[in-house]
Amino acid sequence: MSLSDKDKSLVKGIWAKAEGKAAELGAEAVARMLVAYPQTKTYFSQWGDLSPGSAKVKKHGATVMTALGQVVKNIDNITGFLSSLSELHAFKLRVDPANFKILGHNIILVFAMYFPAEFTPEVHVAVDKFLQNVALGLSEKYR
Amino acid sequence: MVEWTEQERSIINNIFSNLDYDDIGPKALARCLIVYPWTQRYFASFGNLYNADAIKTNPNIAAHGTKVLHGLDRAVKNLDNIKATYAELSVLHSEKLHVDPDNFKLLADCLTIVIAAKLGNAFNPEVQATFQKFLAVVVSALGRQYH
Repeated sequence: MSLSDKDKSLVKGIWAKAEGKAAELGAEAVARMLVAYPQTKTYFSQWGDLSPGSAKVKKHGATVMTALGQVVKNIDNITGFLSSLSELHAFKLRVDPANFKILGHNIILVFAMYFPAEFTPEVHVAVDKFLQNVALGLSEKYR
Repeated sequence: MVEWTEQERSIINNIFSNLDYDDIGPKALARCLIVYPWTQRYFASFGNLYNADAIKTNPNIAAHGTKVLHGLDRAVKNLDNIKATYAELSVLHSEKLHVDPDNFKLLADCLTIVIAAKLGNAFNPEVQATFQKFLAVVVSALGRQYH
């Protein structure tokens, strides 16, 4: 389900609004993923403290959101831009791609929480499509 | 059998007792039809679903959204027996409405997002996990009688 010009514009729009709070949004999304989908904790067993307030969880949330911000800036070439991150996820991290959908859901939920007026259904579908394309780009090198 | 802690029962009851069904129901269903447009296949007789604005202002969709949300009341009142409570509704969705059960999850996700938008910070990670557990049980029960 590829991104139309309108989708790209809506994604850029909401991301611009979220820019100042990117780290916080990311931290919330990852924290919620770990609490609501405990199976995702299996990828972070080496961290010890996986509670929402933990420094490592917050830092990882920021890392993920920063990377997504970069993808938004390269929205016309998502798969190409994600090439090395795809290799990382495929060969080193070996994250089951089903989990990209789970994190995506939590990112969307956090957007809705922080921007209830701006995260209209139209923006929601554009972001959902975007994250789906990101997941596809990240899975590119898997097999 | 699904086990619920006192905490989880309290969270679920709290959410539903403070819910504006006429606001949240329509919003959740409209969002589902807009974000996952293939779900519109079940509403061909509902009138104009031509674009997002038409969906958002369609009175039939709004009424149905409220109806569906009230349907969840049954599960809230019968937390220890959701499977049996929804047996009939499951048969209805399978035999009469012919709804692909994958769609239940889509609507459940939209409902979660609409409630998160409404409650903001009150919808903390623990509340989210509990609410999603509740909806997962409902979704599973609704798909149970398909064959």
